[in-house]
Amino acid sequence: MFKRTIAIVKKEVRQLRRDVRLLAVIFFFPVMLLIMFGYAVNFDVKNIKVAIYDQDKSELSRDFINSLNSSEYFNIIGFINNYGDVNKYLDQKVALCVVVIPQDFSKKINSNQETSIQYLIDGVDANTGSIVQNYMFAATGQFNQKVNSKILAKNGLKEFTPLSIETQFWFNPDLKTTRFLIPGLIAMILIITAVITVALSFVREKEKGTMEQLNVSSLKTIELIIGKTFPFVVIALMNAGLILLAGYIFFGVVVKGSYLLLLFTTLIFLTASTSLGIFISVVSDSQQVAFTAATFVSLLPSLILSGFVFPIDSMPWIIQLITNITPAKFFINILRAIILRGVGISAFWDQIIYLLIFIAIFVVLASVIGKRKAESV
Amino acid sequence: MNSIEVNNLTKTFGKFTAVDNISFNVKKGEIFGFLGANGAGKTTTIRMLCGILTPTSGDAMVGGYSIMKESSKVKTRIGYMSQRFSLYNDLTVEENINFFSGVYNLPEDKLKERKKWVLSIANLEGKEKLLTGSLPGGIKQRLALGTAVIHQPEIVFLDEPTSGVDPISRRNFWELINYLSNEGVTVLVTTHYLEEAEFCNNIIMIDQGKIIAEGNSKELKSAHIKNKMYKLESNNPVEVMEQLKKADFVDEVSIFGNNLHLSVNEKLKEKNQITSFINQQVDYKVNSIDEITPTLEDVFIHLLEKGKKKVV
Ligand SMILES: Nc1ncnc2c1ncn2[C@@H]1O[C@H](COP(=O)(O)OP(=O)(O)OP(=O)(O)O)[C@@H](O)[C@H]1O
Ligand SMILES: [Mg+2]
Repeated sequence: MFKRTIAIVKKEVRQLRRDVRLLAVIFFFPVMLLIMFGYAVNFDVKNIKVAIYDQDKSELSRDFINSLNSSEYFNIIGFINNYGDVNKYLDQKVALCVVVIPQDFSKKINSNQETSIQYLIDGVDANTGSIVQNYMFAATGQFNQKVNSKILAKNGLKEFTPLSIETQFWFNPDLKTTRFLIPGLIAMILIITAVITVALSFVREKEKGTMEQLNVSSLKTIELIIGKTFPFVVIALMNAGLILLAGYIFFGVVVKGSYLLLLFTTLIFLTASTSLGIFISVVSDSQQVAFTAATFVSLLPSLILSGFVFPIDSMPWIIQLITNITPAKFFINILRAIILRGVGISAFWDQIIYLLIFIAIFVVLASVIGKRKAESV
Repeated sequence: MNSIEVNNLTKTFGKFTAVDNISFNVKKGEIFGFLGANGAGKTTTIRMLCGILTPTSGDAMVGGYSIMKESSKVKTRIGYMSQRFSLYNDLTVEENINFFSGVYNLPEDKLKERKKWVLSIANLEGKEKLLTGSLPGGIKQRLALGTAVIHQPEIVFLDEPTSGVDPISRRNFWELINYLSNEGVTVLVTTHYLEEAEFCNNIIMIDQGKIIAEGNSKELKSAHIKNKMYKLESNNPVEVMEQLKKADFVDEVSIFGNNLHLSVNEKLKEKNQITSFINQQVDYKVNSIDEITPTLEDVFIHLLEKGKKKVV
């Protein structure tokens, strides 16, 4: 019994080695997604090149400049001494932003008067521009608070902030895109590669007529399914490992929780993806149809409805309901819990139940439809 | 002893009846031919006998097991070569052999022995590393047959194993079928090359899901063709056929390439009558007229014609 399963695994691996299209899916999709993801990370602007035109040159203005410099978002690339250079720096894209500190900066603050700092931002890339603006607001706000509390303390009063600015990005709620996107990325790459490879691998046998040959042998359905999906599950796991490694090397994302739990839940998610792939192979009759259906069914919902990029909480209730059609949603919740928060199974056992329900539904659907089709074929 | 016993087997797809209440027996070790035109119901019958399609009604015993109740046991007794090429084109010869022997759970030493055997019957010794897809059609079919019986089943079903294969390869393939039969394997083979049916010990002919004739080739000929048959060669066979249909001494005419086969009745006293009849009607040349022994093809066409007349 074990031997038959191994024979299928071996055969599947040999075929895979010669199947350019399937190999492309396995390697192209993750790479493509990583590039897309890398682009997304660019939104998470870091090391914004800033030039400073400090007309005050006081202790206070240096204090402000230091606060910019010490943040990882800004990188002060130079000081300017006249207005002419401001244009030059921006035009030649030497700096993305020029900060102009007026001459009476420290004088006004020290005499409890209002003053202002001028930010000149390169607005060509409107998106980046507005992000830079937001960061600058945040930095200024922080500085304000610092100065305020100093002055208040001098007058023997305690700090009181009636209103504080909080910048929210819809795609990046905690200004930590990288950390937040990694779980979604893992879920998405896994579901795409698993669903497509599994669906194609089954439909190919159907299309070429080799499935019929397997049906007359005494091979059991479960042996066939395990044998055919095993290689793809292993590949998917390797993909997941590579993304985690990339996340660690490039973005410093470490898994806070248990690796064992991570492996266990990933296997459940892959089982769910596999059952979806088998379902697609049952309802489609050609590789073409299966490929299209598998791509559509795995890619779109896991991108849009899973909470990967768009927070589910801010969707209309009807869409929130629809988000349940993708197992990626539950898996992303699990991954965020394990990788980012480092919590145990008690925090997300309900998500595992949802995944199991998903698996049950699709296994039943696939076998019912498969039986009905077998009778009419 | 019967290897296969089919009792009132029927399969309907919706309202369409593909196999209509057929019954027949196949003896152990014989070559049993299953003849019929396209869409006659040959493949549907075989798929039921292999246990991969459930009959609508009726039953069959294959290798001693009921296809209705014990289809998984049936599967351990049979080999099957489907109408479509059933090996993996993207695997090498050896990989295919290894795979199927793995699926059939052959032990390691058995695998070695059977691999050697398959390679020898397919003429592929030393070519184990070739991709199966790159082999010529005839060789592919021999390899497919070899892997279909790699587990040495007692019964093997071959569904049009020689379609699309050149005549010499077809002949070689039939030698292989003979060899299996001599080893005691029961072979049920479908074909629509009627001349191949001459190699079968027993034959059934089916049309529209029904059996229209059965027996061995001699019996079929003597049971259905009582008349003398002539083969006639002409430069315009179609026109000559139209004329001959009007002759009172002709029962049936059918066309075989450039030749006509005509079945004549007792009104024909001598061969020359045919030529003179044609010459009276048209100006086409008749190159030769010879008396022939009827082929199965003649029988089949005769039966189909008879069936049509009944319907009309
Ligand atoms: N799954 C199906 N659904 C509906 N009709 C079917 C199905 N399978 C076969 N048929 C019909 O049943 C009839 C018999 O088909 P079958 O394949 O058994 O014929 P065959 O004798 O093997 O013909 P061929 O020589 O073309 O292989 C055909 O008319 C075919 O269209
Ligand atoms: Mg057929």
